[in-house]
Amino acid sequence: MAENETVWEVFIQSKNGLAHKHVGNVHAADKVMALENARELYTRRNEGSCIWVVKASEIVSSETEDSEAFFDPSNDKMYRHPTFYNMPEGSKHI
Amino acid sequence: MSNLFKYTLRIADSSLVLGQRMSEWCSKGPTLEEDIALSNIALDLFGQANGFYEYAAELDGSRSKDDLAFKRNEREFFNHQLSEQENGNFGTTTVRNFLHDAFNFLFYTELASSKDEILAALAAKSLKEVKYHLRHSSNWLIRLGDGTNESNLKVQEALDFLWQYTGELFEMDEVDNDMLDNGLGVDNIQLKIKWDELINNTLKKAKLKRPIDGYMATGSRKGIHTEYLGFLLAEMQFLPRAYPDAKW
Repeated sequence: MAENETVWEVFIQSKNGLAHKHVGNVHAADKVMALENARELYTRRNEGSCIWVVKASEIVSSETEDSEAFFDPSNDKMYRHPTFYNMPEGSKHI
Repeated sequence: MSNLFKYTLRIADSSLVLGQRMSEWCSKGPTLEEDIALSNIALDLFGQANGFYEYAAELDGSRSKDDLAFKRNEREFFNHQLSEQENGNFGTTTVRNFLHDAFNFLFYTELASSKDEILAALAAKSLKEVKYHLRHSSNWLIRLGDGTNESNLKVQEALDFLWQYTGELFEMDEVDNDMLDNGLGVDNIQLKIKWDELINNTLKKAKLKRPIDGYMATGSRKGIHTEYLGFLLAEMQFLPRAYPDAKW
């Protein structure tokens, strides 16, 4: 891959109104090419109605070494889960 | 042979031959992403050819669409000479496709309002894909033309060489005239005005010089081709000719 080609992360929205989902990445030299490459690689089988491409270097990610500090404290806070409610009979989609 | 049949066959031939050229890029693209893009374009063109051959076979009545694609010789093919030109480097392919895509885009736009419902439907279906092809080749032309000195030089050379095959796109022979008079076909002369505009705009953005109209190759409407078509057909037709009853 040429040096001036950047990695772009690709997000596809499968249907209007739904959230864009990360599907993978592409190499491209500019944003137009990134969008076209994403279209070629990830929407061949009618997967999408909208594509986002984002420079991978622009994404801010949490570090693995921080994962304890970031995520563990939520493990023992059962009250954050709505599991203590009794569901009325016949209620759907909850 | 009816004029409608000939007209349909010509369109199918150009799509098939350009599709075959594009398929030669498969596994040889400059990057993985581009390799897939080029192969996708090849598949789009085969799909378009398939539709037009299907209709041509129906009009013909005795030959199948496979017969039309694989059992005719060079002199019985009527694709534009532009479509059979070799891939060359990536810049050559970009220029060839750009010139052809611009024509196809305008041609299908007009053909979509043909009085022949099937031609109109095939054109409308192809148009969606061709719009994307044109976008793809235009973007690359601008990127290469307005890129480095080297990339500019390569696409300018390709443009200067391929220009001689653009005159033929806008010819009108008795088949074209008959189709046009009956509201079935496209006025290629009118198309040229729009094509010029489209080409000039993009060439300007790509910082390329439009070549001066000089010698223009001609003959594909009569089955006359450049030396490259024979080799292309030989490769494409070998299998169905060697094993005529082969099934997938």
